[in-house]
Amino acid sequence: MKFLVCISKTPDTTTKIGFVEGNTRFDTDKVQYIMNPYDEWYALVRAMELKESGGGSVTVVNVGPASNDAIIRKALAIGADDAVRINADDSDSFFVASQIAAYAKDNAFDVILAGKETIDYNGSEVPSMIAELLDMPFVSYASSLEMAGNEATIARDIEGGKEVVAVQTPFVVSAAKGMAEQRIPNMRGIMMAKKKPLQVIEPVGVTTSTKISSYALPPAKSDVRMVDPENMDELVQLLHNEAKVI
Amino acid sequence: MSVLVFAESPGGKLKKSAFEAVTYGKKVADALGTDLVALTCGPAENAGVLGKYGAAKVLNAADGLSSFDSQCFAAAIAQAAEQSGANVVVLSHNSYGKSLAGRVAVKLSASCVSGVTSVPSTDGGFMVKKNVFSGKAVAEYDLQASNKVLSVMPNTFPPEETGAEVAVETISVNLPAARITVKEVKTVEGSVPLPEAELVVSAGRGLKGPENWGMVEELAGLIGAATACSRPVADVGWRPHHEHVGQTGVAIRPNLYIAIGISGAIQHLAGVNSSKTIVVINKDPEAPFFKAADYGIVGDAFDVVPRLIESMKTFKAGQN
Ligand SMILES: Cc1cc2nc3c(=O)[nH]c(=O)nc-3n(C[C@H](O)[C@H](O)[C@H](O)COP(=O)(O)OP(=O)(O)OC[C@H]3O[C@@H](n4cnc5c(N)ncnc54)[C@H](O)[C@@H]3O)c2cc1C
Repeated sequence: MKFLVCISKTPDTTTKIGFVEGNTRFDTDKVQYIMNPYDEWYALVRAMELKESGGGSVTVVNVGPASNDAIIRKALAIGADDAVRINADDSDSFFVASQIAAYAKDNAFDVILAGKETIDYNGSEVPSMIAELLDMPFVSYASSLEMAGNEATIARDIEGGKEVVAVQTPFVVSAAKGMAEQRIPNMRGIMMAKKKPLQVIEPVGVTTSTKISSYALPPAKSDVRMVDPENMDELVQLLHNEAKVI
Repeated sequence: MSVLVFAESPGGKLKKSAFEAVTYGKKVADALGTDLVALTCGPAENAGVLGKYGAAKVLNAADGLSSFDSQCFAAAIAQAAEQSGANVVVLSHNSYGKSLAGRVAVKLSASCVSGVTSVPSTDGGFMVKKNVFSGKAVAEYDLQASNKVLSVMPNTFPPEETGAEVAVETISVNLPAARITVKEVKTVEGSVPLPEAELVVSAGRGLKGPENWGMVEELAGLIGAATACSRPVADVGWRPHHEHVGQTGVAIRPNLYIAIGISGAIQHLAGVNSSKTIVVINKDPEAPFFKAADYGIVGDAFDVVPRLIESMKTFKAGQN
């Protein structure tokens, strides 16, 4: 089984968010970057586990500049066999999906995994676009993925429950919590990662049509109103008469 | 030109999010000075009622769409958009929309924004807002292609009746062979799905152990709320994973979020900070969550929550 795992780079979860250039650009100053948690904890680790039990290879792919190599090396340290970086800024989800689809088309992967969304732009668009561009079935928000030969059984999160589906390779799947457990790279993994192949390829031409024109911080919360812990009748009245939520 | 909205009906029943999407679609159509067309796929009982929420026409593509395969549904939606001359497609940002938005956008060469929270503004472009950085900021997107796909955030546009029921027209579409077999659908009966819930009662590590969730469930049951939890609580198995809210769990925006014994770490807040009203119950007056709260109670959850339950019972009894 040949697995391709799409990984992206996102600001660390504790990052303070700010903007520059008249609120048209995200302020990258002092931002710590990490591998998008869904890509790392679930998609990558599950691909590794399936390779360990059934054989094959795990390739990671990222669309981004050379400064992304650090998170790519981390994916190799966790255990991916090789990596591809498509050398371009990830301008919008269609651009990213088109680059990955163009690369995947020539490389006959059986399973393409991605995280359910990135924690920065929260789009969930890339994996479904890749599936469409490659004419493959797609299962989103998968919380488990089991393979038996060419057939996968996948549980996916739906509102208030789960849906269990079966699908044959090749397919695209986006990973949610439950699919695997985070793995911390060990020293040996980190040393080996330095020698693993990281191929850099140039992007294909794609026209993008979705742009962010400005950013804003959410409106500031008004001050918290403290309620006497002995007087829960007051809280109920406030929720009913003032907040009007019950 | 028109706007097409996909109204999902799993098991033949229109979902709350379908009514929200139609309500939002109507606002989009009004902003563009055009009509709204609603599409249902597979069985959909009583779909003409979508007319009440603003659909001028309701279409149904029935054949081959009784279970969910994003390839088949995306084909039906794209063809319905072409047949009705729609250049804007509206979906819900839920388990359906998240599987479909990208696919439909590729089929229609459309600009795509998911998780939208505003009606498009059309002066000088086609701009919509959505939350980014897990709720820590809002971005305005400019959709420049002539076709557009928008998925609307749940619990953002409550269903509004503006019109009358219409007749349902059946349309025919060419579908690819389904490649996904749905083997089983397991839904938790009787409880409100967390992403759709208007009221949420959530608890964290401050509750000490799973045996103490009785009062959380009782409070939730009293007001018809869904239950949620912080990440460590789900990680140690005190509560099921699907209840984990936050940056790496479910992001929600209920009308009321009651947080009991949760410290309010930045990753937790990221998933709940769009809630309209936040109540925090914590014994530590310095807990960071109070900064994000509308109402705060400093006290021991084991005293405060039973008291809140009693007050809520009295209030509910007075309402009947
Ligand atoms: C990459 C990353 C992603 C993360 N994603 C998430 C996420 O999605 N969601 C999430 O929730 N967390 C997430 N976390 C974890 C987060 O940082 C916090 O550790 C977590 O939210 C803390 O959970 P808690 O508030 O339940 O527990 P604690 O931080 O232990 O807080 C317990 C609170 O209960 C109070 N308390 C104790 N006893 C009582 C009592 N008797 N009555 C009243 N109050 C009491 C305490 O004062 C304290 O404030 C993430 C962390 C990382 C690093």
